[in-house]
Amino acid sequence: MTEATKYTFKDFASDQEVRWCPGCDDYVILRSMQKALPEMGVKKEDVVFISGIGCSSRFPYYIDSYGMHSIHGRAPAIASGVKLANPDLSVWVITGDGDSLAIGGNHFIHVLRRNLDLNIILFNNEIYGLTKGQFSPTSLIGQKTKTSPYGNTQPPFHPGELALGAQARFFARIGGNTPKEMTQLFIEAEKFKGTSLIEVLQNCVIFNDGCFTQYTDKAVREDKQLHLEHGKPMIFGKERDKGLVLNGLKLEVVTIGENGVTESDLLVHDAKESDSTLHSMLVRLEYPLATGIIRAVEELTFEAREEALTNEVKANSKFSKVDDLFLSGETYEVE
Amino acid sequence: MTTAKIKKQQEILEAVVIRFVGDSGDGMQLTGTQFSDTSAMFGNDIATFPNYPAEIRAPQGSLYGVSGFQVHIGSIEISTPGEDLDLLVCMNPAALKTNLSALKAGHTIIIDTDSFTKKNLEKALYASNPLEDGSLNNYRVIEVAMTSLTKEALKDMGLDNKSITRSKNMFALGMVYWMYDRDMNHTLEFFENKFKKNPLIAEANSKVLKTGFYFAETLELIPNSFTISPSKMPKGTYRIINGNQATAWGFLAAAEKSGLELFLGSYPITPASDILHELVKHKHFGVKAFQAEDEIAGITSSIGASFAGDFAITTTSGPGLALKGEAVGLAMILELPLVIVNVQRGGPSTGLPTKTEQSDLLQAMYGRNGESPLIVIAASTPADCFDWAYEAARLTLEHMTPVLLLTDGYIANGSEPWKIKSINEMPPIKHKQISGGDPEKWNVYDRDAVTLAREWAIPGTKGFEHRVGGLEKDKTTGNVSYVPENHEYMTHIRAEKVERVQNSIPDLKSDFNDEGDLLVVGWGGTFGSLHSATKQLSDEGLKIGHVHFNYINPLPKNTEAIFSKFKKIVVCELNNGQLASILRSKFNDIKFSQHNKMQGLPFGVSELTEKFKTLIK
Repeated sequence: MTEATKYTFKDFASDQEVRWCPGCDDYVILRSMQKALPEMGVKKEDVVFISGIGCSSRFPYYIDSYGMHSIHGRAPAIASGVKLANPDLSVWVITGDGDSLAIGGNHFIHVLRRNLDLNIILFNNEIYGLTKGQFSPTSLIGQKTKTSPYGNTQPPFHPGELALGAQARFFARIGGNTPKEMTQLFIEAEKFKGTSLIEVLQNCVIFNDGCFTQYTDKAVREDKQLHLEHGKPMIFGKERDKGLVLNGLKLEVVTIGENGVTESDLLVHDAKESDSTLHSMLVRLEYPLATGIIRAVEELTFEAREEALTNEVKANSKFSKVDDLFLSGETYEVE
Repeated sequence: MTTAKIKKQQEILEAVVIRFVGDSGDGMQLTGTQFSDTSAMFGNDIATFPNYPAEIRAPQGSLYGVSGFQVHIGSIEISTPGEDLDLLVCMNPAALKTNLSALKAGHTIIIDTDSFTKKNLEKALYASNPLEDGSLNNYRVIEVAMTSLTKEALKDMGLDNKSITRSKNMFALGMVYWMYDRDMNHTLEFFENKFKKNPLIAEANSKVLKTGFYFAETLELIPNSFTISPSKMPKGTYRIINGNQATAWGFLAAAEKSGLELFLGSYPITPASDILHELVKHKHFGVKAFQAEDEIAGITSSIGASFAGDFAITTTSGPGLALKGEAVGLAMILELPLVIVNVQRGGPSTGLPTKTEQSDLLQAMYGRNGESPLIVIAASTPADCFDWAYEAARLTLEHMTPVLLLTDGYIANGSEPWKIKSINEMPPIKHKQISGGDPEKWNVYDRDAVTLAREWAIPGTKGFEHRVGGLEKDKTTGNVSYVPENHEYMTHIRAEKVERVQNSIPDLKSDFNDEGDLLVVGWGGTFGSLHSATKQLSDEGLKIGHVHFNYINPLPKNTEAIFSKFKKIVVCELNNGQLASILRSKFNDIKFSQHNKMQGLPFGVSELTEKFKTLIK
């Protein structure tokens, strides 16, 4: 980026009136993104937001860059086409739990498998908001919704688990009420070469209010969340006295100072470990809830593989124009 | 390559129809292709029709595992793969049973007698051996122990039994080459190239081919050979091309001419996969051919690529188009360029995947939610798939609305000579990408006064940042709009944009007669059959004309004027009357008769002439 194009968050705010419900975490996510974008070193005209359908998917209308509000579940496939057409763009997918894990489940797993350099923000609120309150693929067993008046009987997906199963190279989780951390996370996601998936625990004030309060409420946040940092011990708690150790094949919460446990006994987070076993355990953990960047393992992106192969084929090809192709092989003359 | 040692009588023919049939593992497609390529290089006009089962290797000897390849060659203009056979080459009883009815009485069958075992006869449901029970008395049967002769020819080469029996198709080809006075060189060279890494196999195939050739030459059962003189085709450089390859090449040409990179998002489906197979080869032209996870990702990745500035296409067949429906609507409301190719097959549902039909016309026209008109065009012969793919590209890039290109299994897999075109002789393509200008004076949905096409501002273009979406949009800014009048306006303008394509397409032309007793109306891949049938009757003096629609939405401007010059109109389609219903809805006062066929097969010329004669009476 040149000196001349130093942006502020206002440069990324479109002229459209934001139409989410008052108090929705979506506002926090939007604001965090508008703050993160000027810090990324990308030109405004090179930024593309692609969304599917749902409350979250209105997001591109509010960012002043290129954007497409598409059809239900298909944003990852559309974004893949954008990125393949022009790998220089910074491409973002905005999606929700219904959009990406139900109707768009197939695209979700395949985009992660291919590993294009895309950033996906999954707004998880464990409910269908825009269609007014049906259970979603992340709704809990027993959850009462419009379509489960006696309680939900479908076991939920854990987005992180599904993502790691689909070979996600970058997975992070963040509470919807922590804008500062979220802004930083968006910047990290953009820096990462490969598909970055960020799950935002997003409260829906109308249809599923308080769904993440037990983890995200200011009063309990530090005690209930383990904010992971690469290379740092897995330590949490208001008093910074709790931590994680590995006991057999399970993670166990220990208290520093009890039973002779010291900080040096705690696990140290390695987001760059290619073996995803420990990352999977962290993703599944219910207490504490792991947030921050859980996994970030860079490998060649799909578009880089394609580009290398294309260059190789071009270098060895005898065709430079289609006319060369048309006249190649078996042709014959009619006199 | 060789001159016959024993000079037999030679008879000159105008055209012949030959069908090679055998088990799906017998190599009939290769045999037929070799014969047709050789004939084309000799200068004949040709048309081919591969007809194979959906199963890759159906149980050996079964009736449903029969694979066939028909070729029509001539010194005259050939526009169909022909109907009644002059020669049937049969590799087993099942092939004989399923194909004999197509052979003209008194004409020749070459049979591999080694395959007429008790077991194979039972599999073909023959109660008695047709070679012995007199049921072939009306034909000239040439019985050849082809498998044994092949084994004998290759006995000293140290090959395994499987490789030996697999080359028996070349024995049959050798015989047919002699019968029709063809040169073996093309096929011998083909072996050399194909089996470069395995010269022993190349040698074995060459040996069997020659053995078959000399066998026919000396065999007294074949009293004479035939020759078909070169046809009078326009001067030039030719190659044999099938419809899918021609379609792929048309898009390559359009990409180069427009200066855009070609993006294909696709998912494998019969009979469209060969377009994907062809385009994945062309990375050297910068082609991005992306095999997606499903049909929907095939089209939506293309929509993404189009939004980002590539010339994007997606290829599929009927069931795939059904899955893509919602996304086609998205491309249409976004007003982005996109070509959707539907290589039609027998439907509904999975239907007849390897057989042809024209039953997706109404799906192409109306198969989406809401008011979502598209430009719909159709190719009509294997070679002209090149031109129609190119035209689809021109229309979508100049008019900024998706184009649906219909081909079908028959022309996709059929082949014919293509007079090679150069990029220099193709019409220009002027896409609508914005390269500069003042963004302050620009609105996302500003339109060209003539075509109503909007401009195409792609990501990376400074100052033109904008959002589009599937929600209804304001007629100027493109912002979301629920204003009732705006929605009605946008509905009309999107329809009118498609209608105005009429101004950039040529008039419809009636072949043979401009007026008369009967007008034969068709569209798409039935061109060859309808053309041949109409020509035949016109030559007999009947007042009959033929119009063939390549532009279906919109129809050419002069359509009604042409219809009004004929006393009767018959709409011929390989469906239950889909174009007929469209025409009736547009031209209330005109009466349309129908001729329809839904057998997974193309029209035969004689069934058409018969029908047309009854209509003229």
